[in-house]
Amino acid sequence: MKITLTVNEIRHEIEIDPGETLLDLLRRTGYKSVKKGCGSGDCGACAVLLDGRAVNSCLVFAAKADGSTIITAEGLEKDGDLHPIQEAFLEEGAVQCGYCTPGMEIATLDLLTHNPNPSEEEIKEGLSGNLCRCTGYVKQIEAVKAAAKKMNKGAS
Amino acid sequence: MNGQKRTFHTVGKSLQKVDGLSLVTGKPMFVNDIDLPGTLHVKILRSPHAHAQILAIDSSKAEALPGVILVLTHENTPTTRYTTAGQGYPEPSPYDSRIFDTKVRFIGDRVAAVAAETEDIALEALKLIEVQYEELPAVLSLDEALSSDAPVIHDEEDSPGIYDAAQNIVADVDIDAGDVTRGFAESEIVVETTCETQYAQHTPIEPHVVLSYLDVDGRLVLRTSTQVPFHVRRIVAYALHIPVHRIHVIKPRIGGGFGTKQEVLLEDLAGFVTLRTGRPALIELTRQEEFISSRTRHPMRVRVKLGAKKDGTLHAIEMEGLSNTGAYGSHGLTVLSNTGSKTLPLYNKAPNVHFFGKAVYTNLPVAGAYRGYGATQGYFPLETAMDELAERLNLDPIELRRRNHIRSGETSPIFEKLGEGREGVAFTIKSCELPRCIEIGAERIDWAKKRGKRIREGSWVHGIGMSIHMQGSGIPQIDMGAATIKMNEDGSFNLLIGATDLGTGSDTILGQIAAEVLGVPLEKVIVTSSDTDITPFDVGAYASSTTYVSGTAVERAAEKVREQIIEVAAAMLETEPEGLMVADERVTAHDGRSVTLTEVCQRAMYMTDQFQIAATASCVPQESPPPFMASFAEVAVDTETGFIKIPKYVVAIDCGTAINPKMAQGQMEGSIANGIGYALTEEMLLSSKGRVRNPTLFDYKILGSLDMPPLEVILVDSYEPTGPMGAKSVAEIGINAPIPTIANAIYDAVGIRLKKTPFTPERILAALHEQRT
Repeated sequence: MKITLTVNEIRHEIEIDPGETLLDLLRRTGYKSVKKGCGSGDCGACAVLLDGRAVNSCLVFAAKADGSTIITAEGLEKDGDLHPIQEAFLEEGAVQCGYCTPGMEIATLDLLTHNPNPSEEEIKEGLSGNLCRCTGYVKQIEAVKAAAKKMNKGAS
Repeated sequence: MNGQKRTFHTVGKSLQKVDGLSLVTGKPMFVNDIDLPGTLHVKILRSPHAHAQILAIDSSKAEALPGVILVLTHENTPTTRYTTAGQGYPEPSPYDSRIFDTKVRFIGDRVAAVAAETEDIALEALKLIEVQYEELPAVLSLDEALSSDAPVIHDEEDSPGIYDAAQNIVADVDIDAGDVTRGFAESEIVVETTCETQYAQHTPIEPHVVLSYLDVDGRLVLRTSTQVPFHVRRIVAYALHIPVHRIHVIKPRIGGGFGTKQEVLLEDLAGFVTLRTGRPALIELTRQEEFISSRTRHPMRVRVKLGAKKDGTLHAIEMEGLSNTGAYGSHGLTVLSNTGSKTLPLYNKAPNVHFFGKAVYTNLPVAGAYRGYGATQGYFPLETAMDELAERLNLDPIELRRRNHIRSGETSPIFEKLGEGREGVAFTIKSCELPRCIEIGAERIDWAKKRGKRIREGSWVHGIGMSIHMQGSGIPQIDMGAATIKMNEDGSFNLLIGATDLGTGSDTILGQIAAEVLGVPLEKVIVTSSDTDITPFDVGAYASSTTYVSGTAVERAAEKVREQIIEVAAAMLETEPEGLMVADERVTAHDGRSVTLTEVCQRAMYMTDQFQIAATASCVPQESPPPFMASFAEVAVDTETGFIKIPKYVVAIDCGTAINPKMAQGQMEGSIANGIGYALTEEMLLSSKGRVRNPTLFDYKILGSLDMPPLEVILVDSYEPTGPMGAKSVAEIGINAPIPTIANAIYDAVGIRLKKTPFTPERILAALHEQRT
């Protein structure tokens, strides 16, 4: 079967396998920032924005994403400029191995889009679906705070 | 503070990771982020039995399935025995593994593999392989393994390096200093404690993965998620009977390792498929396979006996370790050795020390290297016993440790007696800011005010605890790291290092060291690492070695290159080389005249007395200076439910110069988080048949962002004179701390001594119940 979806503002018409997950579809379409860490929705490494909300793409059938708009970590840069979230992750030392980073950035984007001034607890809640084994989350939480500041400054 | 401290320009600054930009933008830089046409998907058939003989395998139906290209079993693969442990050659681990064996030794062991056009076909084909097993009695616990009539797990005759195969003993260690029997007789107070640690896993978010293919010259390329690219090349060459020069190992970015990728788990198989078919082959473990078939921490039972004088001086220490290495002996000997060698020197005031123990086979998941590497298991009873001793002596636990811990200028006989699978190397501690670490940590946790107060909030009771630790910096006289630096005509440099960045940031800190010596900003150093065709040798990322060992190699190579630069500049400035300074991308003479590095390289490349400014240097460390750390936690225990909260966690660490402070903190934060998980939530649950019951990240609970307690990491000012720019290691030490620190804090809060990890609410509640009755 064929579906259409828009990924990072590019429209795709793709032949899919009925049992295929959105994760597998995105990866084979070239969106390699979408990582597979568990395949069961536990780690968040495959998080993407699906019509504006973060989802674990391993839990979404590709067929169900027909007609949807998707943002992956590759789509965060605008005109060659880093997204404030990417800048913040870089500056705060929130990246170690970087495997969970795309999913973390997507979770952060979802959080800050819906709650531009989150408390520390709300940040922890916002990242709670994304596992990281390297950082202990300390610098990632700092990065989300820094990203919120940058985005609010940019918006004002 | 050591007087040799230097002023740095690039080192000591929290510069951004050299690979950071590509990582935050999600560039395709991991093993499986490239697509090669015609890639075969390889899936592995795994044993459903803990212990069984394979009587027959019929793969004809699988082979007949359209899309199946190759089915591999013990019948059509090399049978050479090797070790999966990625250690220096000759490896101190037994050669007890085969690509496929005629016997399976744990649930999850390799039986066969299918290479097919798609993953689905490969999975379908696995179901069509018919295997006849003869089940054998299995050894399913440490105690069963230790009994004299246990079934023999490695009864084959061609596995060298096993200490006593008939008794399932992989390794036996027994060393002493002084006379421990007399030592205890002379002691006025003796305490003894035994602690048990559980099966736990590394869980890097990227599971093991390898992509193999042939290059245009027909050489085998292994693009793999590994901590040890050079060991992968050597071990795969050995297992597959092909020359080392026919293999090219590339480690791209990798998604964490923590020790589990110090193993050659998939590369042999992928390589074999590619050599047989000529096609690329991908093996990617699922999370479930990762849990069932990769590697774990060695579960151990460790007994510690301390003898002391009434004044609080330790007089005798005995430590006995029993280690379960699972079905194969990977790292069995060396992990056990480190249980003693990375813990006992900490208390060097005791003249009488005895360390002994065994590592045994069981028909359970295979243990291997895991951050902390045995020390984690040893510190639990050692630091518990120290707390018990302090109580018996009526001394503050901090004061007891102060009186007994090793200091700068001192040594321990253990350094020489106990190495990695052989004798160690004697050396003297040259940097130890442990007293400052203890002082700062105690202040930040508010020890004086909170210790022993048992502050209550409803059913919750607060307590605080501490522990102190050391680790090492590489394996002395065994490890080797090398670096090559060459200069480019714009005054930039290529830094080529065999060292393996597994997310730790080693590419960045090694670049910083080179930049410091060469007087350039970090962006003028192009770092290329972990490619066996391009970079010089390095043992890889393990044993807390990279900063100290590979860093020293980089420093030396950079110094050689700087000398060549100065020679050229001296000719250009018509002066003597002595006294020329290289800084700010220039070479400057006393009189202020200078030439730029660009001018120096242009002359050397194109103009006069031409040559390539370049150098290679190696480092084989002669000692292993330990980082030191003091760890403090406040816990709150709910006496009604057994739940624990950690309102505050503080660690103060002496890692020498922090080459990149933010990254050093990151190493501490990650290792403490992992250690807290190990202390409180993480446990691989095994069925009575030896099956992993919780092989998912849902059921095996690692810390999430909501579980992480407030953590303060303090990098204490220190300088290690033998280290590159004064640096020691920082990678592993943190993970050792949470278990004893939290155990001691729980005791302070509610008076129960927990001796088995993880400290689950059930165990806490049971101990509280026992205390009341």
